[in-house]
Amino acid sequence: MTRFAWIAGLALIAAAPAVAQTAAAPQTPAPAAAAGQDQAPPPLEVSVTGGVSAPMPIAIPAMPTNAVISTPAGSTDDLGRKLAEIVTNDLKNSGLFSPLQPAQLRSVIFPEVTAPAFDYWGGTGAQALVQGFIRANGDGNLTVGCYLYDVFSKIELSRQGFVVPPSDWRRAGHKCADMVYTRLTGEGPYFDSRVVYVSETGPKAKRIKRLAIMDQDGANHRFLTNGQSIVLTPRFAPNQQSIVYMSYVNDRPAIYVYDIGSGRQRLVVQNVNLTFAPRFSPDGRYILFSMATGGNTDVYRVAASGGTPQRLTNSPGIDDGGSYSPDGSKIVFESDRSGGQQLYVMNADGSNQQRISFGGGRYGTPVWSPRGDLIAFTKLGGAFRIGVMNPTGGGERLLTNAWQDEGPSWSPNGRVIIFFRSSQGGSGKADLWMVDLTGQVERKIPTPLDGSDPAWGPLRP
Amino acid sequence: MKLSTTLLAATALIAVAGCSKKRPETLPPAPMTDAAPGQVAPPATNPYGDAVVPGSDADFRRSVTSNTVNFDVDMYDIDPQARSILDSQAAWLTKFPNVRATIEGHCDERGTREYNLALGDRRANAAKNYLVARGVSPARLTTISYGKERPIAMGSDEAAYAQNRRAVTVVLN
Repeated sequence: MTRFAWIAGLALIAAAPAVAQTAAAPQTPAPAAAAGQDQAPPPLEVSVTGGVSAPMPIAIPAMPTNAVISTPAGSTDDLGRKLAEIVTNDLKNSGLFSPLQPAQLRSVIFPEVTAPAFDYWGGTGAQALVQGFIRANGDGNLTVGCYLYDVFSKIELSRQGFVVPPSDWRRAGHKCADMVYTRLTGEGPYFDSRVVYVSETGPKAKRIKRLAIMDQDGANHRFLTNGQSIVLTPRFAPNQQSIVYMSYVNDRPAIYVYDIGSGRQRLVVQNVNLTFAPRFSPDGRYILFSMATGGNTDVYRVAASGGTPQRLTNSPGIDDGGSYSPDGSKIVFESDRSGGQQLYVMNADGSNQQRISFGGGRYGTPVWSPRGDLIAFTKLGGAFRIGVMNPTGGGERLLTNAWQDEGPSWSPNGRVIIFFRSSQGGSGKADLWMVDLTGQVERKIPTPLDGSDPAWGPLRP
Repeated sequence: MKLSTTLLAATALIAVAGCSKKRPETLPPAPMTDAAPGQVAPPATNPYGDAVVPGSDADFRRSVTSNTVNFDVDMYDIDPQARSILDSQAAWLTKFPNVRATIEGHCDERGTREYNLALGDRRANAAKNYLVARGVSPARLTTISYGKERPIAMGSDEAAYAQNRRAVTVVLN
């Protein structure tokens, strides 16, 4: 993705006409008393994992443009409004921010982007302010500037600029939201990312399943396969240029790699046996998968380019699934060797297999957080629930409580989980949902049809 | 082991005989369980006097006790009822030694997707291994697991789950 260029703060200043005023803005003295404070306000910050703090009020007015110009993505003034909406929705959906209602927002003119009307915003109750601008460049690209202000302290906290082709204009909004989220929470970014999943429709007895890809907010949705064969369990390659998944093409359930650019797919392992549950290693060199031979399933790995698989487990029961730790040194997988489905961790070469789930009931679909600190899973009791535990076991917390929630996948920053929720009864419906690590923020992700088996991709390059 | 193999073969023979009663020109008649004796007519095409081709999946499905065996929760062992069903399947397959079949393994919706793929493979192989023990060449049998992807009972209740935990033998024509 060389098309996406980051601009350092100073470069943005040179590029933006509004910049002339910028130098003065941070030097504004902080008349804390004027804001009715006895002392300087505490630093503006949001806690991701601390339970009860209220969402931070934040103002995100429409982003003005220096000149209304028509682009392939729409006119720049219209895009400026929509960019603010993207930032608003991302931050609101995180559950950590409470964006002001549109009626409370004032129209911001271009020079004001770097010289906010702090007195006005202070009266709205907003603690933080996000302003930005959009400009059409002579070369056809768009420049989007994004500025974060502390309303009480009347200071700029952060700024970034992005140059994007018109087709990627939404990404500039997600990047802006990521900047705000990162600066105010201290957590890593995750809004500029995509999800691959299985789009579903049709009767429960014969669901039609297609691979589909979309932005994490549901935009830019695209189907990748036509639904003639069952497809299951897609996962992004670390470089996001391909997707590994399982397909029943020709009634031979096996794992394939789909190249996003060309639309071509290739069989990974030439074998008569059932192969499934594929995942890339963090460095992209291997594909972890499961293979059933005569009723016995074990975990294997194979070079991503193909070749002879290497067997990693050899218990007589079902050993399957699996997920690499972010550093690639360990693998968490599921096994019924104890008599029921439980979670185990082993070294990447298959040695030192240790059970980590002991909470009663069964556990499946373990996925290692990209931060390395937690493992997400599906807990099977009467219902299916999404939970997390430490990689050594322990610290178990269940995050959802519905009839059947399955198949967690982590956001790039390891703070949000996407999963699918199935409906009880004859409809066969399932939908994509997200939940944060507190379990308090849960919402349905809009998809054109039903959805299952979501996999959240890394932050886009 | 040798004794049990002989026993198995004998049982299979009996089953073959029982199944072949509809073709009195080649084998002695035997009492039917699924139709009155008077309904057996000397067939021009097949024992039913219709267009179903002997050796086809349609022929298989109406000739055997059932094309489906069921399993307990998270289990894959062949219980007595399943044995009886598979005996009838083995008999038919012995009668048509050139026919190939695939065995589908299925699960109810109370397992996770990938685990159910492995469990469905177990069930399909359990049925296959039984047929092989009954004398069907393993070269004639393939397996495929559908996990929980293809339920036949749509409810989310125990009765539906019990029907969906199954291995289905399908004759390939």
